[in-house]
Amino acid sequence: MGQEETVGVSEHSFTRRTFIKGVIATGATTSSAGYLFRGSSLLGAATYQTATERLITLTVNGQARRVDVLPHETLAMTLRYKLGLTGTKLGCDRAECGACTVLIDGVNQYGCSMLTHQVRGRSVTTIEGLENPDTGELSVVQKAVMEEGGFQCAFCAPGFIMSMEALIAENPNPTREEAAHALSGNLCRCADYHKILNCAMRAAELARAV
Amino acid sequence: MAEKLIGADIAPPDLHAKITGRAKFAEDFRAPGMVFAKLLLSPMPHARVRSMDTSRALAMPGVIGILTADDVPAREGPREACLTNEPKYEGEPVLAVAAVDEETAAAAIEEIEIDFEPLPFVVDPLESLRPSGPNAYTEGNQFSGEDGWSQLKWTAADFALIDAGRMPNPTAPIEWTKGDPEAAFAESSLVLEEVIVHQSLTHHPMEPRSNMAYWENGRLFAFVSTQSTQQTKFALAGALDMDPEDITLVAEFCGGGFGSKISGSTVMQIPALFSRKIGRPVMLRITRYEENYVGRARPGFQSWLKMGFLPNGKCNAIDLILVEDGGPYGSGDNGTAGMTADLTYTPRNMRFRAASMYTNTPPKAAQRGPGGAQIIAMMEPILDKAARELGMDRLEIRRINAPGPDVTFGPRDTTLTSVHAREALDQGAQMFDWAGKQALSGQRNGSKVTGLGIGLSPYTAGSRGRDGLMLIRPDGRLYVHQGIGNLGTHSIADTARPAAELLGLDWDDVTIVWGDSSKGMPRSTVQAGSQTTHAHTRANHAAGMDALRKVRQIAAATLGGAASAYSVDGGRVRGPGGSMTFAQVAQRAIAMGGEYDGHVLPEDIHAQTVPAAQMLAGQGLMGVARDNYGGEGSIYSWVAGFAMIELDHDTGVVDIKEFVGVTDCGTVLHPRSLGAQVLGGCIQGIGMAMTQRWVFDPQWGVPFANRLYTARPPGFLDIPLNARWGAVGIADPTSPVGAKGIGEPPVGAGAAALACAVADAMGGVCLCRTPLTPDIILAELEGRVAAHGRLDQHVG
Repeated sequence: MGQEETVGVSEHSFTRRTFIKGVIATGATTSSAGYLFRGSSLLGAATYQTATERLITLTVNGQARRVDVLPHETLAMTLRYKLGLTGTKLGCDRAECGACTVLIDGVNQYGCSMLTHQVRGRSVTTIEGLENPDTGELSVVQKAVMEEGGFQCAFCAPGFIMSMEALIAENPNPTREEAAHALSGNLCRCADYHKILNCAMRAAELARAV
Repeated sequence: MAEKLIGADIAPPDLHAKITGRAKFAEDFRAPGMVFAKLLLSPMPHARVRSMDTSRALAMPGVIGILTADDVPAREGPREACLTNEPKYEGEPVLAVAAVDEETAAAAIEEIEIDFEPLPFVVDPLESLRPSGPNAYTEGNQFSGEDGWSQLKWTAADFALIDAGRMPNPTAPIEWTKGDPEAAFAESSLVLEEVIVHQSLTHHPMEPRSNMAYWENGRLFAFVSTQSTQQTKFALAGALDMDPEDITLVAEFCGGGFGSKISGSTVMQIPALFSRKIGRPVMLRITRYEENYVGRARPGFQSWLKMGFLPNGKCNAIDLILVEDGGPYGSGDNGTAGMTADLTYTPRNMRFRAASMYTNTPPKAAQRGPGGAQIIAMMEPILDKAARELGMDRLEIRRINAPGPDVTFGPRDTTLTSVHAREALDQGAQMFDWAGKQALSGQRNGSKVTGLGIGLSPYTAGSRGRDGLMLIRPDGRLYVHQGIGNLGTHSIADTARPAAELLGLDWDDVTIVWGDSSKGMPRSTVQAGSQTTHAHTRANHAAGMDALRKVRQIAAATLGGAASAYSVDGGRVRGPGGSMTFAQVAQRAIAMGGEYDGHVLPEDIHAQTVPAAQMLAGQGLMGVARDNYGGEGSIYSWVAGFAMIELDHDTGVVDIKEFVGVTDCGTVLHPRSLGAQVLGGCIQGIGMAMTQRWVFDPQWGVPFANRLYTARPPGFLDIPLNARWGAVGIADPTSPVGAKGIGEPPVGAGAAALACAVADAMGGVCLCRTPLTPDIILAELEGRVAAHGRLDQHVG
């Protein structure tokens, strides 16, 4: 991801421009309000004339979730403020830091830069969805992070972990350079990169052993 | 035998929460009826609110209320209020609006009309010193508590020298001299005179300083992003002028602070005050854009440095003048900078002058290695220059100048508890193969030239006299109550290890209690200045000793024999009369009461610890004590950084090929976490010297580099993937544990090693300025006239 325009996946290619166009089309401003959170329906109907359906069903962590979503609402905001999934962090609101990274159909995406309406009919996985829901068993990436004592403040951790999940799914045998490149869309301000990379390499090792 | 804890790699107990999304940072808390506040930020660097019309905003459906400067405690002089009618930097919060959701609040902000009267401003501190230069305040540019406002202007003669690129001879509010610098310079065989600029830069922790608050029955519940916890409760109480014991402060996790959230933040007052006004819980989510303004910044320096050297490379004199960017509310990094220069190069003859100038730029605060990191990044390349002129090895000149155990430094001849800077240099040189790599220095491969650099950086690393507080409860477990913060250093867990070891417990038998003042917190350090590891291993050692004494006394009283004949291991106490489990000991402690279960407390503990200990009394065996171990001298840690880079002479881009960091920080508590601190801090320093940048429009006084992508901290593609670290590992003799702090010193080491390596790859040319961005490097390589003056700050 990083500096590229593309923030989408191949089948459903949503570029940043598409994202902004989508926001404009719904009548919100892109300058400041686009990434904010609107929790109530109070002003929605009056301010934003739109034909877009509001009450939609999302598939999040394997569950169908009915949620009232405004047309210009970002996925990160829906997850955090409507579905109670606060593990997805907002570090920058603007595709600069990766703290809000989630998986959309298994591909790591910035939750702050996707409209919630874009993920209808697709599978969303957040940090809360990685454990086995029945046993509480951690994913191999989470196990690797526990083993390696990963992260300092860990505000970036959910985003990094989601990118690691995508990395080992796509490339189960990465070199250190490949892993670093795959994780380069996520920032760690503590700069604990050395340990994070150890976690990623250990995760790949554990995944190969499964 | 219970396991050895000090020196072991044990993941902190909060890691599971951090990696499953359960960890609650301030913005993750919710309260019934919670509303959202949004800030109106000043659009000008200095202005006065003439009038405002909020009627349209307040009439909007969903808007709950407004909080203005009139609703918050005003601050006199250059002190920061959480809202102001006279903003002193672009982005300063003027008012806040609360609404049922954030977007409505933001829309309401847009509907507020304010008539601002623009006022004179200054963004470059040196400009404020010019004879007719502007001041950041209408009242002046200097303030003292006794005399109030005044104006400090340097003379036209000073500026004639400055503008000619020479060192001026100005009067300065801060000045000290030791030895006889003039005589020493006369004896020097080499005197270097340099003009050096270090930029200001925003902290940008990953978690912006969002926070939430509500009131119940006169009690404030505050959910805050802060580096410290116990001390933040008192800071918030002070700001709101209320009894600290009427606050429940929750700060379980902090997404980084680096000095910008030492005891919380100024904006943490806003939800508390707003909630009191409107009777609803208030969430203030700070965006990255807002964080750029309200999130604090490291102060930059403009400086003149004169350094004298003897033929053997020994620095024998320093004359240093610093002009510091104090921002609108002041900063004192210059003091540490002067001390650090004297400590690192031990000249014995030094003159130091400094002026911290108010400017209309985002507020300044300590940033990891405050003052020390800047001065090391500025001076290490000059040391290299001296080595080149004297034909010396650059490692050797550092070894010659580094202090030994008998060092005295600064205006008050400060001493150290221990110093192993030379050992750190030697160990690093060996790991890096400094000698073997010399042949690579200056080697060209196509357009790329290899450069090598070393940065040696000290910083304070401890303090004394804090309290420890812990309980052995009837479940037989040890509960260590920590008032320090949880910002990722793992010190909430690691500093408890000495107590667990003293009590013969395995780590699984220890619970760390932290992050919520209602759980009882002892008087702690602010989590800053790398104090915590040193201060709280000592405090927990003291409280652990107190608990151990009580365990033995209870065993002796219960089972017979002398207390001294009893020993602990594996959750049992054993002696001549038999053995008891800790669970039984805890029950006996409650039955015996008095000092054993905390009903009687030591007289010398801090007053702030008493309510916390009283809250826990009667719940088990209490270990509570003040750190009375004492000790003479300041506590300093060191990091020696070694970098190898390739500088592309066609593009100005720096590629870091190798990096090694070695620390002297006493006993190693937690190796893996220490490595993360050493390398992470060095990379932050590399960001400070190279990738981050402050840019201001001098005409309008507004910042351009106000997001992460324009002032980018290093990412995976900016750093070497094979960085290595080491530790000298010699215990500090004045602490029973021997551990010193580590947070601060690596920043200067990373920045300086990088700056020195860049100069090396340019044939020894020191740019004497940060950041070393490709455009600035390239302009020098191509011999172009720089687009900026040599002393200009914040250039784009």
